[in-house]
Amino acid sequence: MRLTKLSLGIALGLLTSVSAFAAEGGATKRLHPKAAEFEFEGPFGTYDRGALQRGYQVYKEVCAACHSANLLSFRNLAEPGGPGFTEAQARALATAAKIPAEPNDKGETTDDKGAPLMRSATLADRFPSPYPNENAARASNSGALPPDLSLIVKAREGEAHYIYSLLTGFHEKAPAGFKVTEGKYFNPYFEGWNITMPPPLTENGVTYSDGTKATIDQQAHDVVTFLAWAAEPKMEERKRMGFGVMVFLIVLAGLLFAAYRKVWKDAH
Amino acid sequence: MAATTSDAGTRRDFLYVAAGSVGAVGAVAAAWPFIDQMNPSTGALALGSTEIDLTAIQPGQQIVYKWRGQPLFVRRRTPAEIESAKAVDVNSLPDPLARNANLPDTALANDADRATKPEWLIVKGVCTHLGCTPAVSTPQIPEGEYGGWLCHCHGSEYDTSGRIRKGPAPENLAVPPYTFMTDTRVKVG
Amino acid sequence: MSGPSTYNPQSGLERWIDARLPLPRLLHDTVHTFPTPRNLNIWYTFGGILAFCLGVQIITGITLAMHYVANANLAFNSVETIMRDVNYGWLIRYIHANGASMFFLAVYIHMFRGLYYGSYKAPRELLWIIGVLIYLLMMATAFFGYVLPWGQMSFWGATVITNLFSAIPVVGNHIATWLWGDFAVGDATLNRFFSLHYLLPFIIAGVVVLHIWALHVPGNNNPLGIDVKSPQDTVPFHPYYTVKDAFYLVLFVIFFAGFVFYSPDFFGNPDNYQPANPLVTPPEIVPEWYLLPFYAMLRSIPNKLLGVIVMGGAIVTLVFIPWLDTSRVRSCRFRPLMKQFFWGLVVCCVLLGYCGAQSVDAVKFGIPMVWVARIASIYYFAFFWLIMPIIGLIETPKKLPASIAQSVLGDKAGAPAE
Repeated sequence: MRLTKLSLGIALGLLTSVSAFAAEGGATKRLHPKAAEFEFEGPFGTYDRGALQRGYQVYKEVCAACHSANLLSFRNLAEPGGPGFTEAQARALATAAKIPAEPNDKGETTDDKGAPLMRSATLADRFPSPYPNENAARASNSGALPPDLSLIVKAREGEAHYIYSLLTGFHEKAPAGFKVTEGKYFNPYFEGWNITMPPPLTENGVTYSDGTKATIDQQAHDVVTFLAWAAEPKMEERKRMGFGVMVFLIVLAGLLFAAYRKVWKDAH
Repeated sequence: MAATTSDAGTRRDFLYVAAGSVGAVGAVAAAWPFIDQMNPSTGALALGSTEIDLTAIQPGQQIVYKWRGQPLFVRRRTPAEIESAKAVDVNSLPDPLARNANLPDTALANDADRATKPEWLIVKGVCTHLGCTPAVSTPQIPEGEYGGWLCHCHGSEYDTSGRIRKGPAPENLAVPPYTFMTDTRVKVG
Repeated sequence: MSGPSTYNPQSGLERWIDARLPLPRLLHDTVHTFPTPRNLNIWYTFGGILAFCLGVQIITGITLAMHYVANANLAFNSVETIMRDVNYGWLIRYIHANGASMFFLAVYIHMFRGLYYGSYKAPRELLWIIGVLIYLLMMATAFFGYVLPWGQMSFWGATVITNLFSAIPVVGNHIATWLWGDFAVGDATLNRFFSLHYLLPFIIAGVVVLHIWALHVPGNNNPLGIDVKSPQDTVPFHPYYTVKDAFYLVLFVIFFAGFVFYSPDFFGNPDNYQPANPLVTPPEIVPEWYLLPFYAMLRSIPNKLLGVIVMGGAIVTLVFIPWLDTSRVRSCRFRPLMKQFFWGLVVCCVLLGYCGAQSVDAVKFGIPMVWVARIASIYYFAFFWLIMPIIGLIETPKKLPASIAQSVLGDKAGAPAE
């Protein structure tokens, strides 16, 4: 029964997208991402610690309900170049998170009632996943798979700007003639304009402990900063080392140029 | 070739030496990442702790766990074993130091400083000679003269406190960092 | 490596070694006293730069292989472990990934330089052909290497390129299956590609030794394209070219480091940060930039077998250049007509690269890109197979200078040697 409904939905979706294609003359290509500014851009840009910590909160309270971030461990939260939590804070965040436990001494992974055994995470553990496997994730999201967020910023054309535009692009009105597929949402920054993800951010959807006003824009900025760090945790170290390397190479080039001129002076 | 005056020659030599030394410094600095990448990664460093449930271990029994990729001996000692360990004069030992990661490096190898809770001796199962795993001694199958362990690779003998008594090993078996969460649960690392 | 040796062992130890293994003599004659034309310009420094690139790729590659896992389930995450947890792993991987692009950039400059100054002409035909072989090996190595991170572009790039072989009549499908070791690109493919990716650079290094050997028999060509006639035309390799090569190498490294530290994913594709998924092809699959011109040729031909033949032919053509060029003058500096057609070739190659990066049905400025690619492909082949032989016969070259020394030093060269 459910399957029929789903296939009907897909057929309907195909039909509507075809008609939309006809109506718009193929104009469902995603819009160019918005021009937003992030502290981590440019050769000297660094991650804003406050934004990283707030972004982690948005990730944890909003995104993590559906999206995994498999490449991140709790220890990363306290590592240099990251959100700047102390080790104690990171440990507390880990302890608060529950992850599936290893088989117990009797070899069981579930309790008497069949519920999976859980344990507190440690610093060495990865972030918990919202679903046990891909099938479960698809089943809970009308067949769409919420992508893993560890590398999402680097895995999308337009990088941070794209994710930011997507998160803040839900309020835009669909143009006349464009019909949003049932069960999907209009977002002009998404290829095809129909996105399965419901608008994730709401005004004051989270409460920031540092008193920052949690507008949609602010949350998007913060969580994108967090995700940018998640995708490229060594960025600050890279830029810092790059500066040193550049200075060194320029000095070396200068010395070699002088030697080169000196050697060749008589040969021309 | 045009003859160079000694003055120009000096300046040229200086430039050679300067450029050469700066280049050499750069080459050495560039080598470091390629050397350091072979050290344990931050991921490996973080995988340090294991929790062990002690309820299943009987007196006189030793259970071997894996900790940081190596064997970890958890031995529930009998009163007789504790007594024989306590009776030893520390100054007569080949290695008088406790080798206990929970204590200062200078702590002596008194049995109380080898095993904080006398019943439980927790040591790394790695012979301090060349890294083999020593065999545990039981009343049924004695290994060595001291009732502790015998390493079959090169004949090092340890007592019931894991201290080296005889053979080529230079140090007592290492005590890893651990804390008792409850009376029957210990966290190693 | 060739010619009479100028090595003169000083100490007893040097004489002792020289009588047993004359390695110091070899090094002395190749990189110290080797007589080199005194008029080599900046474009001649790319040989040394390429040797540097090969060294960097081998060193970074060996260290990456210490952490990489060639298993379809683990490969993607092992690369991310390198990026996140291995000490300086991010640096080593970014050097390796950008190093491939730098290597190709340098090799293209090196090749066009050879074309412009006629460095493939007698007596350097073998030198040129060995160079083409190195270029082929580089492409194979780069392709295998691009598969290893096991991202979407890795997987689908491997699928598309291996499927090229299926165009071969009769045995094509068997060859493709043989390459995969499975019914599609998978774990077996990844493992063998890793093995070959590790092997080929050492073969390249061996062929590079042949390349240098073949260079040192006739000696360097030079921007004038005329032969060395007297010792006045040359300078010893050291210190003249060691210091010059070192200076330009450092400039090149600055350029290289700019990408590694400030735009490490510039040459990459976002899709390759998504793990390989055999069920979903990315909407636009493109090879790395250095293969785009060939890719554009392939796509501009609407027939599978013909497309593959044209693409392969574009590379095979390079082997015949020494005999396709009928001119008696080497350097384009003295070939006014050829010079214009040469720059036409450069433009066409860049255009092909641009077309290769666009989607198949792209239309820019009202022009379908596939037609641009077709015209550029035709020019590419016409350049080598028609223009080169014909121009060589009909062109009147400009007057060549009497000697390198005269051209560089002017009247001073007339004076007796100092």
